[in-house]
Amino acid sequence: MKNHAELAADFNKDEDRVNWHDETLWWVRQKRDKAAHQIDNWELLRETASQIKNNVLSDLSNYLQQFEANAIKNGITVHWAKDAAEHNQIVKEILNRNGIKRMVKSKSMLTEECHLNPYLEQNGIEVIDSDLGERIVQLAEEPPSHIVLPCIHKKKEEIGELFHQHLGIEAGISDPQILTETARLHLREIFITRKAALTGVNFAIAETGEFVVCTNEGNADMGAHLADVHIASMGIEKLVPQRKHLSVFLRLLARSATGQPITTYSSHFKKPRPGQEMHIILVDNGRSTQLGRPDFRNSLKCIRCGACMNTCPVYRRSGGHSYHTAIAGPIGSILAPNLDMKDYADLPFASTLCGSCTNVCPVKIDIHDQLYKWRQVIVKEGYGDHKKGIGMQVMGWTLSSPNLFNTAGKAGRWVIKHAPFAVNNPLNPWYKQRDMPNPPKESFGSWYKNNR
Amino acid sequence: MSSRAEILALVDKNQPSHVDAPIIDMLATVNQSPEIILNTFCTSATNIGSQIIFIDSLDDIEGHVQQRIISPLRVVSPIPELKTFAEDSSVLNEANPHSLENVELAILKAEFGVAENGALWLTEQQMGNRVLPFITQHLALIVDATAIVADMHAAYKRTENADYGFATFISGPSKTADIEQSLVLGAHGSRSLIIFILKQV
Repeated sequence: MKNHAELAADFNKDEDRVNWHDETLWWVRQKRDKAAHQIDNWELLRETASQIKNNVLSDLSNYLQQFEANAIKNGITVHWAKDAAEHNQIVKEILNRNGIKRMVKSKSMLTEECHLNPYLEQNGIEVIDSDLGERIVQLAEEPPSHIVLPCIHKKKEEIGELFHQHLGIEAGISDPQILTETARLHLREIFITRKAALTGVNFAIAETGEFVVCTNEGNADMGAHLADVHIASMGIEKLVPQRKHLSVFLRLLARSATGQPITTYSSHFKKPRPGQEMHIILVDNGRSTQLGRPDFRNSLKCIRCGACMNTCPVYRRSGGHSYHTAIAGPIGSILAPNLDMKDYADLPFASTLCGSCTNVCPVKIDIHDQLYKWRQVIVKEGYGDHKKGIGMQVMGWTLSSPNLFNTAGKAGRWVIKHAPFAVNNPLNPWYKQRDMPNPPKESFGSWYKNNR
Repeated sequence: MSSRAEILALVDKNQPSHVDAPIIDMLATVNQSPEIILNTFCTSATNIGSQIIFIDSLDDIEGHVQQRIISPLRVVSPIPELKTFAEDSSVLNEANPHSLENVELAILKAEFGVAENGALWLTEQQMGNRVLPFITQHLALIVDATAIVADMHAAYKRTENADYGFATFISGPSKTADIEQSLVLGAHGSRSLIIFILKQV
């Protein structure tokens, strides 16, 4: 399996695309800034959201039971899944019991994390993703590369080609308006004919047993209200104590995600409509373990806005697929090692630790601190990159001896000046996608001696 | 041990010691005049693609609709005053949402609007059928000029003890920017949203 650096190198082969990706996500980040600056007490809002989540995490077992009791009172069936396999099995059983072979699904990163689609397909159940971006990556047989903008890595011409192959439009169409209209017509047919719909959950309220699903497209609602069976999958950390707390989170979510003041639809599902079955699956899948790690439990506050990805200089230039996990970017890099420290040992290193992610996070997760702490845990557990270990050791010797340090500096300056081919070659990882700098005329040490 | 018991036991064991939830009352916008609130609502709603039309009475709606919708396209509404030109959707059975597939325009009453984001709150009581505000090609929502609150904090205060099976905030027409971040209106839900603001006479 390729690691982050190797996958990022693949993405970087197309420089124009990388630049486009970088600039587009930065534009989304700027929209976030503009929206945030329009709110007088934005920082207080973030702090409050963070504190509400502190309370949720500290009393999670009570809130889970309270939510369950209220949801059952509302006529919803509540299921508990300790891992991805159990979640997938519960979904399959609900569908089997109802004799359903085809399901429509709105965006749910949890089902990506659980690899629900391939599991259901192996069991003879067809799943169609209804979020436009997710439908596009599904047709391309790829995972989403961003939690809010699933096909941000694709160009409109490629999407036109996918729609030409799969949805039968003329070749060569790349107008987003026409492509969106094509998807609208295609998915209307799906919404009308599917008897089961699965949605994610943005927030679940312990006090009332209801849950909130936010979309711009209206696809979660189209699916759920037309289906006989509605299944909502949620991680156990998605709870908020009371309805009034939604005000804080709904003010933060869309502004942080895309710079909109709120998503087009913020739907509150409390009871199934007459004749409908409504299910909620509460999924742990490692969350309770993360809750027990004091350094990392704050990652469970995440409301999946994607702001940390849009701002991240590494994500913007390496693309979501380089993270080889359902949730990419800085937040994904602190969530994934909890699931599998060995497979995701590379991710906490895919960061400059600049701290921009922490600065934009609407619930104030200390993302860059956690990236730094994961690096230490990973190296201690023996999953670190050994090449890096040797390099660090050499650097340790050099920095601990003034003589060695001076000699190394001189050698470096001489090499860049007189033998640039020795560093400007593919064997030097710093040379990849970069030009080496011109060598300084003298070291800082000698400059200081002459100029103080 | 059941998964439920297993998860709860692990959570119980691993959760940190109790921390109180913060007070959130200080976040609410205070002391804004109704005029400012209404103006802010109109600006927010227009910015996200809604169209605002002020009306003096429900009788004005028919004229506006006839300018836009050509008969025999299907116009539905559960509002008794609009029966002269709209099909009565209050009689449509909730059990058969698919019968609404070909609705061109749905006209519904919203309970109130939110100034900071141009959103309107409606429960299934106003929808008649849950899927109607989503499946219709175009949506018109009516709101009283006096029923606009400043922000989301006021919105949840207002609906504190509301009883509903389903309710939603709707803010503008359905939209997507999934293709190269180009904004397109009319993703899966309504292609347009008209907000009729009923002035106090």
